[in-house]
Amino acid sequence: MYDFTDLVRSIHESLVASLSPGMAALVEWIIIGAIFLGFFALLGLVLVYVERKVCAFFQLRLGPMRVGFWGTAQTLADTLKLLLKEPIMNKRADKFLFNFAPFIIIISSLIVLSVTPFAPGLQAFDINIGLFFVIAISSIGVVGILLAGWASNNKYSLIGAMRSGAQIVSYELSVGLALMTMVVLTGSLQLSEIIASQADGWWIFKGHIPAFIAFVLFIVASTAEVNRGPFDLAEAESELTAGFHTEYSGMKFAFFFLAEFVNMFIVAVIAATVFLGGWMPFHIGGLDGFNQIMDFIPPILWFFGKVAFIIFLMMWFKWTFPRLRIDQLLTLEWKYLLPLNLMNIVLMAFVVYMGWYFGN
Amino acid sequence: MERIIFYIFAAAIILFSLFSVTSTRILRAAIYLFLVLVSIAGLYFMLGYHFLGAVQLTVYAGGIVVLIIFSILLTEQIDSRMPAPKLGTMILSGAVAVIGATVSIFAITGHNFETTPETVNAGTVEKVGERLLSYGEGGYVLPFEVISVLLLAAMIGAIVIAKRPKSDEQTSE
Repeated sequence: MYDFTDLVRSIHESLVASLSPGMAALVEWIIIGAIFLGFFALLGLVLVYVERKVCAFFQLRLGPMRVGFWGTAQTLADTLKLLLKEPIMNKRADKFLFNFAPFIIIISSLIVLSVTPFAPGLQAFDINIGLFFVIAISSIGVVGILLAGWASNNKYSLIGAMRSGAQIVSYELSVGLALMTMVVLTGSLQLSEIIASQADGWWIFKGHIPAFIAFVLFIVASTAEVNRGPFDLAEAESELTAGFHTEYSGMKFAFFFLAEFVNMFIVAVIAATVFLGGWMPFHIGGLDGFNQIMDFIPPILWFFGKVAFIIFLMMWFKWTFPRLRIDQLLTLEWKYLLPLNLMNIVLMAFVVYMGWYFGN
Repeated sequence: MERIIFYIFAAAIILFSLFSVTSTRILRAAIYLFLVLVSIAGLYFMLGYHFLGAVQLTVYAGGIVVLIIFSILLTEQIDSRMPAPKLGTMILSGAVAVIGATVSIFAITGHNFETTPETVNAGTVEKVGERLLSYGEGGYVLPFEVISVLLLAAMIGAIVIAKRPKSDEQTSE
């Protein structure tokens, strides 16, 4: 009912009819690229506002209220300010690497965003190794952080970068393993197929205990991987001024800021897709009337609802838990999360082998 | 269209490889290496070898290069430059590079590549996984297991080296 396949196909056909195949492909790439860039910027604006409001409510404040209705135009004003700010260059910094670092980070998050399955038929890049592609590309972002920290020629930046490197390299393992646990269940890495396999119930319910453990592990590990509190040691304001992006100002700082929020969105997208059924409405096997009522809600709303829920969960973490120390952080990963993950993947393999999950 | 993209990737690989070996700043050399590896991954994606492309990105770009950068971060200062190599070294390494290039070019041009009209889709995860764990014809389970034993040995070795002796630990705490 709310399928975008026909719309996308009609746009494609009208382009092919009026242009040569090469040009049509080029125009399509440009359109998709422009849409994603626009979405990227919009996402940054909305998430920064939401973060400030959620933070304020957790601390019994009102948050931004002056600019626009309930402060909704605050982030627009902030963006304008960042655009007009002078880009300050550290005198003894490595200029090339200093300017190059923000782009690595922002390009890697933009590429991962391209696999997002928004709604049926509305997915830019449905690659057959979907989840693995996401893991592969997001492992590149750390290069940008390390470069930013080193090229700034600042001790705080360097410490932040080293922390972040240790953190991301270790938590990547847990993220990957938690997702692999679910791949045992889904039998496919392709995001559209993972969603299609959840038509009769989301994996977090169908996969019961091991799926729920994997969900918790994934949320914890990926919160750490995107450098968000309580794992934000890389930019710990109270100890390192701003960590790896201390020396950045103006738009280059905004790139780091934006990438952090977009990475959070990506984590929420992956969690929503793998565990909560992506755009698939909430279905209970056998209750047809209930399922049909649920189908009336458009998939794109389901998708953004689930994503918003996970983002809220991550913001909740940030404003509730105190920051970990670096040794606690590494202990958590190597002594608790990783062994748990390995045990969980064996448990999941056993459950799938015996057929002890719903919907098989 | 595909040809243009191929040439862009190929030019990037050659250019960044040259930069990587000629740069006197070690971290920049590592970053050029990173760009070379990412461009090679781009070639794999262009060929439809998505799995190989993603492996290239995780293992080389996201793993090895991060390791290299990490070690540079721990050991090098921002101002330090590597001294330019001696003339003899440059001539020797240039000659080795030229010999290597000629051997590969002769091997590639001498080989008769057969083209098939069908699209070959050998890079899917299912096929790679089945091949990796099959012990029949063309299976890779033995190399796979041997490499995992090697990695395990390397890991234990690293832990043994990194671990402080017992007596040291008591005095420091």
